[in-house]
Amino acid sequence: MAKPRVKVPNSAKAGEVITIKTLISHTMESGQRKDKDGNVIPRKIINKFTCEFNGTKVFESDIDPAISANPFFEFTAKVNESGTFKFTWVDDDGTVYTDEKKIEVN
Amino acid sequence: MQLTRRQTLGLAGSAAALAMTGIQIAPVFASAEDATKYIMEFTGGKEPTAGKVSLNAPEIAENGNTVPISVSVESAMSGDDLVESVMLVADGNPLPAVATFHFTELSGKAEATTRMRLAKTQNVIAVAKMKDGSVYSDTKLVKVTIGGCGG
Repeated sequence: MAKPRVKVPNSAKAGEVITIKTLISHTMESGQRKDKDGNVIPRKIINKFTCEFNGTKVFESDIDPAISANPFFEFTAKVNESGTFKFTWVDDDGTVYTDEKKIEVN
Repeated sequence: MQLTRRQTLGLAGSAAALAMTGIQIAPVFASAEDATKYIMEFTGGKEPTAGKVSLNAPEIAENGNTVPISVSVESAMSGDDLVESVMLVADGNPLPAVATFHFTELSGKAEATTRMRLAKTQNVIAVAKMKDGSVYSDTKLVKVTIGGCGG
């Protein structure tokens, strides 16, 4: 079970560029490994990560199997108003994991 | 030239041995050419210019399973001076693709950090595509002590 963890500051000044850190627990099976009988273990990774603020896209990443297990992303966001960040991770099997964080801007 | 039975067998044997070693080496890792081809697909055939992009990676990665990689691009991130996307490529992994970051004006800065797998010592390349269509890149050689592809 993938469990997302996100770090966003609780508050910021208007126009400030803040740093966001995200991590989700996931094996990120690359599709390159073989089990002990020599069969290829099928690929199963998180293939897309998106961050939105009040419905507008802030940052997005297409992810390939070369990203480590428990994919970690650190990026920035410019906040002009209070609102909610929404984070989305898409699994190869179609499962979508989400998390939300509020920020107060003054 | 007339071949004796013994010579024919010998030739066939060495050819088979060559073919086998060829098979063992060839398909496992992406080559630098694959990486270049992949970059060209991203840029639309444009040769990236050095500069603007800075890629930060450790010189020596003890564990290839999680290598911290960060990239930043000089840009005002507003109006026409905007970084649209940054692609990370590894030229010695089974597949050259690593990740592609997409930035917006709300990103504030064109900066991102992630952790990647490196199968062996190789070049990591960051290619940035700007809104005006220009492309820039930066390359870092990362030495890997323990490979990260579980092979």
